Amino acid sequence: MSLSGAASLLPIPFRTLFYREVHRFFIVINQTLLAPVISAVLYLFIFGFSLGNRFGSFHGFSYLHFLVPGLVMMGLVNNSFQNPSSSLMISKFEGNIVDILMAPIGHVEIILGYMLGGMFRGLLVGTSILLVSSFFAPPPFSHPVYLITVALLSAALFSLLGIVAGIWAEKFDDLAMFPTFIITPLTYLGGVFYSISILPPFWRKVSLLNPLLYMINSLRFGFLGVCDVNPWWSLASLAVLDAALFGVCYAMLKSGYRLRR
Amino acid sequence: MKTIPIPDPPVPALEVRSVSKNYGAVRALDGITLSIPRGELFGLLGPNGAGKSTLINIITGLVRRTSGDVKVFGYDVERDYRATRSLLGAVPQELIYDHFFTVRQTLKIQSGYYGLTGNAAWVEELLERLELKEHENKTIRELSGGMKRRLLVAKAMVHRPAILILDEPTAGVDVALRRSLWNLVRQVHAQGTTVVLTTHYLDEAEELCERVGIINHGVFVALDRKETLMQQIHNRRVTMELGARVERLPEDLASLGATLSEDGRRITLLVDRSDGSLQSLVAALGRESLPLVDFQVAGAGLEDVFLELTAEPSRGAGSRGPAGVAR
Ligand SMILES: Nc1ncnc2c1ncn2[C@@H]1O[C@H](COP(=O)(O)OP(=O)(O)OP(=O)(O)O)[C@@H](O)[C@H]1O
Ligand SMILES: [Mg+2]
Repeated sequence: MSLSGAASLLPIPFRTLFYREVHRFFIVINQTLLAPVISAVLYLFIFGFSLGNRFGSFHGFSYLHFLVPGLVMMGLVNNSFQNPSSSLMISKFEGNIVDILMAPIGHVEIILGYMLGGMFRGLLVGTSILLVSSFFAPPPFSHPVYLITVALLSAALFSLLGIVAGIWAEKFDDLAMFPTFIITPLTYLGGVFYSISILPPFWRKVSLLNPLLYMINSLRFGFLGVCDVNPWWSLASLAVLDAALFGVCYAMLKSGYRLRR
Repeated sequence: MKTIPIPDPPVPALEVRSVSKNYGAVRALDGITLSIPRGELFGLLGPNGAGKSTLINIITGLVRRTSGDVKVFGYDVERDYRATRSLLGAVPQELIYDHFFTVRQTLKIQSGYYGLTGNAAWVEELLERLELKEHENKTIRELSGGMKRRLLVAKAMVHRPAILILDEPTAGVDVALRRSLWNLVRQVHAQGTTVVLTTHYLDEAEELCERVGIINHGVFVALDRKETLMQQIHNRRVTMELGARVERLPEDLASLGATLSEDGRRITLLVDRSDGSLQSLVAALGRESLPLVDFQVAGAGLEDVFLELTAEPSRGAGSRGPAGVAR
């Protein structure tokens, strides 16, 4: 069966919502795709080339190799979050959220439409960062199936978080709190730029409370075959978190929280 | 799209039972009961803030009722929301749209939300009838206010709803287009669609609607056939044109509540045909020798009904309290 043939089996409202979500970010592609790729490349240059020499090696890999999975994950989670959260916020602000609220679309279809839209953007940005950085440090892709699973689950997790944030936020300022106070600190402290083995024991323990640490290290495991945490335990927790957040989204939509007065 | 089975006729198109809505401390609806048989063209009237949009939004699912029951062709709007939303098409009061798309894309997406892909011919017809065809490739930003309003009407109709709800569809639409919008409404109504129309243009309601509900402070102050309501109004508006300027209004006319226009050439007053004021007026006119050149008595229109029933006690000196009240 062709791809479009398979797609035609999916419910039309869901496909429409997904199309809308993807179309929306393609219109502002500079901001949604180019910008994150450029900033990832800048990180690669600044940290990879200039500071990287002081780092030594990570299980036999160069610092550039170490860095790439973290940068990919950073682009992936940020953009997976951005797409549904800003889409929902803009729709609430402009009022066109009523189009979806008045239509006969089920809660699950709404969640999946926004979620897959966000995942698509996150994965597109992540893949683009990977492609560009492969010029400098091509990774060995040690566990490809594991790698893809982690990427999908991470993108889903942050898209779902984006839906929760988009529904909860009452103004753009509320929304800005997520990247500023949660996502960026957790990514930066989650071992994008360093291995937690260099940290003093106390801070290493604190770091282990950070879910992003597991996601970044899992992705690193997929790319390089080595990482700081147990990759299988991480994968399982990631799946549990996904399911829990899906449940939160479902409960929010079912109750009409902040959407239906 | 799965077609939603519509139950047999005793079930009304719309059934609202004792619906109340509180927004915090504000009681927007206070026990509204309303039954609309299928195929009716119903007018929902009331002053600003009366609760019209709140009622409509409860029916369409945008607002949750605090208490009461709302059924669309027998389906509960909260429990069977997919069925009721498929049967409803609504034009919201606010001009809202999705800026990322053109007119045509907007209608395609709207169809998709209702599970439709094969309705291109109908969408084409809507574009033609609402005079949007030549603007189909414009983005929403490039449309004028009236065009945006028409797009909202088209959007509400892409899935051929069994009930069409229009919350002030003609606000900001020019006279010619208002007429063509009325024709469209009449046409879909003639084809069996139940229509609920909210408007502040009472001539519009008078022209289109079969039955009218006037809502004020969240309760119906009138709910009846249009003609029945207009017959209940006792007031007549009397206008007298004068051939020459009059400096002062004669005392016995002033005591009947008449007013003189600024140029001194027109006297207007409301008379109650039930309490003998008409006779007093004729007698007064016999005593005064006014340079009368024209004398008009206007019967009550829906506007008079509306004004009488929704007058605030503090402002409306002539208010007699609600007539034909259906609380
Ligand atoms: N989201 C809301 N939060 C709080 N109060 C609200 C909200 N929406 C409406 N109200 C209040 O509920 C009452 C009814 O408002 P509604 O919009 O239903 O009136 P309306 O009859 O549609 O008026 P209009 O002719 O101006 O459109 C008003 O007092 C209004 O201030
Ligand atoms: Mg209103």
